[in-house]
Amino acid sequence: MDAMIQLRDISKIYHVGGQEVRALDKASLTIQKGEFVSIIGPSGSGKSTLMNIMGCLDVADSGEYILDGQSIEQYSELELARIRNRKIGFVFQGFNLLPRLTAEANVELPLIYQRVPLAERRKRVQEALERVELYDRRKHKPAELSGGQQQRVVIARALVTRPSLLLADEPTGNLDSKTGEDIMRLFHELHQSGNTIVLITHDSSVAAQAQRQVRILDGHVYEEEGA
Amino acid sequence: MILQSVKMALEAIGSNKIRSFLTMLGIIIGVIALVVLVSLVSSATTTITDEVASLGTNLLYVSVLDDKGSPLRLEELDTFAEHDEIASVAPFAQFAATAKNGYTEKNCTIYGTSAAFEGIRGLKLEHGRFLRTVDVDSSSYVAVLTHDAATDLFGRTDAVGEKLSLNGRRFLVIGVLEEEKNNMSAMLGGSVAAYVPYTVAMRMSDAISNVTTFYASATNTTTMEYAEEAMHAMLLRRFRQDEDAFFLFNQSAVMDAMDTINDILSYVLGSIAAISLLVGGIGIMNIMLVSVTERTKEIGIRKAIGASRGSIMMQFLIEALVISLVGCVIGIVASWLLIELATALADGVIVFRLSPGVVGVAVAFSSAIGLLFGLYPANKAAKKHPIEALRYEG
Repeated sequence: MDAMIQLRDISKIYHVGGQEVRALDKASLTIQKGEFVSIIGPSGSGKSTLMNIMGCLDVADSGEYILDGQSIEQYSELELARIRNRKIGFVFQGFNLLPRLTAEANVELPLIYQRVPLAERRKRVQEALERVELYDRRKHKPAELSGGQQQRVVIARALVTRPSLLLADEPTGNLDSKTGEDIMRLFHELHQSGNTIVLITHDSSVAAQAQRQVRILDGHVYEEEGA
Repeated sequence: MILQSVKMALEAIGSNKIRSFLTMLGIIIGVIALVVLVSLVSSATTTITDEVASLGTNLLYVSVLDDKGSPLRLEELDTFAEHDEIASVAPFAQFAATAKNGYTEKNCTIYGTSAAFEGIRGLKLEHGRFLRTVDVDSSSYVAVLTHDAATDLFGRTDAVGEKLSLNGRRFLVIGVLEEEKNNMSAMLGGSVAAYVPYTVAMRMSDAISNVTTFYASATNTTTMEYAEEAMHAMLLRRFRQDEDAFFLFNQSAVMDAMDTINDILSYVLGSIAAISLLVGGIGIMNIMLVSVTERTKEIGIRKAIGASRGSIMMQFLIEALVISLVGCVIGIVASWLLIELATALADGVIVFRLSPGVVGVAVAFSSAIGLLFGLYPANKAAKKHPIEALRYEG
């Protein structure tokens, strides 16, 4: 199997009030193509930093990161934006939809930044919204949708670019348990159909649903076997 | 991409209509100030210039102030006309008289002149003919009436062949002029007037014994300066090199002066209006800065899903541009309405027109201001770090 993500000795150091905080300390992690991995850790463990680096929102101070065969080091902001646009689909805890745009327009947005032609955009937006069973609510604005529906729109927005990696940060954190289960079921389906999914959570019951679990603590990454 | 940015900008502007309108207000007022002021000034000066032009642009006016004991005789005028640069010369004198037709009596201005006056002043006849050289040479008692004189004395304009009395002398009406639409020439002379041969005028008035005033036209409008020079030289020779003996006036000099006044007023008023546009631009920048801060989260989301610095920059820049251009269009429409209103109020005396040049300047200036004052907020938006922007809770 090919590796989708290879992190080798990744370190990220923040300076807070003159003090050095090692958010990540020589963290290494390999995720194969098509894997469903959960990263679990308490707050302050460095999991947000790890997600930001994996999602190309930030670059590591040292270490090597290879995403889908491409080395992400010292890239310019423009190149990072391109990689986020084409290779990564984000699912956030707080949904992060643009409130003024309809569900459809929100899903379309990444394709606009990719400069996909209109006809193609329409087709792919429809596909993505049908995938999350929300095509009939495409004209609704986020405020007119329930939390679960909003999260499904976010997932559709993440899927629409056909990314290499689906990166979910506490996707069920703002949802009731029933809706959370629905969303997890959707992730399972997406996994079945071949997507590589990395799910970040502090909830072990959510993490347990993944194929493989990785624990992060004080900036170090540990594999959890047989969970 | 630009089309998408325009769409996004319109959505953003539409989502906060009152604020957007207030932001635009600065530009709207600036554009109105610019367009209305400049249009009014240029319409007014154009109207005045046109009126002056209708008196004849090809016109030299000479007044003899001191004849040094040798007054200018009527025959001498012909020698002036022989010069290459001078097309024709006509003497001119006027005095007040009483005109009578039966029991109808009117105060009337009498102009004494010659045949050449018709061409020099560009007079248009409604009926009959103007004075001829023969009439002047033979001192015929014939008169050409203005439109108003004919209607006042005869109740109609077709008075050719009728008789009337001017200061008790009987005249034959040989022509009637068209109605004078020009306010200025109506002001210069009374509208009730009669043109008679200069020789007859000399007989009727003791004050007119020789020529003290005459008009001349140049052979070509474009060579007015040469005509003026030639006339000046001839007059100097005639009056023994005394500059103060005569007064020479070139009509086209007035036109040039009017043009200069128009230009200066346009620039001065335009600059003042441009300052208010600048203030409008600062308003745009202010609101854009607020908007960028308010939409930090949005910027974070857009960056997370792949918007580059350039796209974010473009989005906010176009938003600023759209605000200022929409303001500009509203301003131009409002200006047009105001100018129409001014025309209605002026009641036909002056027709105010939206000056196309200043509309172009307004559009160009508004665009420049939108871009200039949008640049800083747009750059601020583009520079936001995606992680921090995403974390922002406003």
